[in-house]
Amino acid sequence: MPMAAADISAAIRAALPDARVEIEDLAGDGDHYRALVVSERFRGLSRVAQHKLVYESLGGRMGGELHALALVTRAP
Amino acid sequence: MSDAVHDRIRAIVTEHPVVLFMKGTAMFPQCGFSARAVSILEHYGVQPHTVDVLSDPEIRAGIKSYSDWPTVPQLYVNGVFVGGSDIMMEMAEAGEMEPLLAAAPAQRTA
Repeated sequence: MPMAAADISAAIRAALPDARVEIEDLAGDGDHYRALVVSERFRGLSRVAQHKLVYESLGGRMGGELHALALVTRAP
Repeated sequence: MSDAVHDRIRAIVTEHPVVLFMKGTAMFPQCGFSARAVSILEHYGVQPHTVDVLSDPEIRAGIKSYSDWPTVPQLYVNGVFVGGSDIMMEMAEAGEMEPLLAAAPAQRTA
């Protein structure tokens, strides 16, 4: 069952309240997304640690329910 | 997750300087993210040791807990987890991929 863009955005913002989240539905099929996430929480963290924060916010759905989420993260 | 799988993965990433866990093979990737990871490495003339997780369900499950990373592809250089294809692309654009790979005695393409 694919995840809607609004649900992805809501999950990320629940975990990272200051985050600016932009989501693009790459294929228009509700299953292949690209997300830009900008949050103060990322400052000083490695890229791996930044992406892990986003994956954690999605509560295990990444790699399962949510198949394709290309991710770009940075601090403001 | 059994320690045996993690031991297998540790042995693979220790034995080979550049390892890509992916869906499919370098010649026939079965996923766009895996294809992109292969092409980034090819850009630097590096032939990774690839492990096709689709043909090895044990590794497919174990690799996620090994690195605490939920998706494939996963790149390891000199035994250390580097990231997935998005991070590989960002590192390439930032000029960080070349020195990382230069430090690995990997097989080079002709």
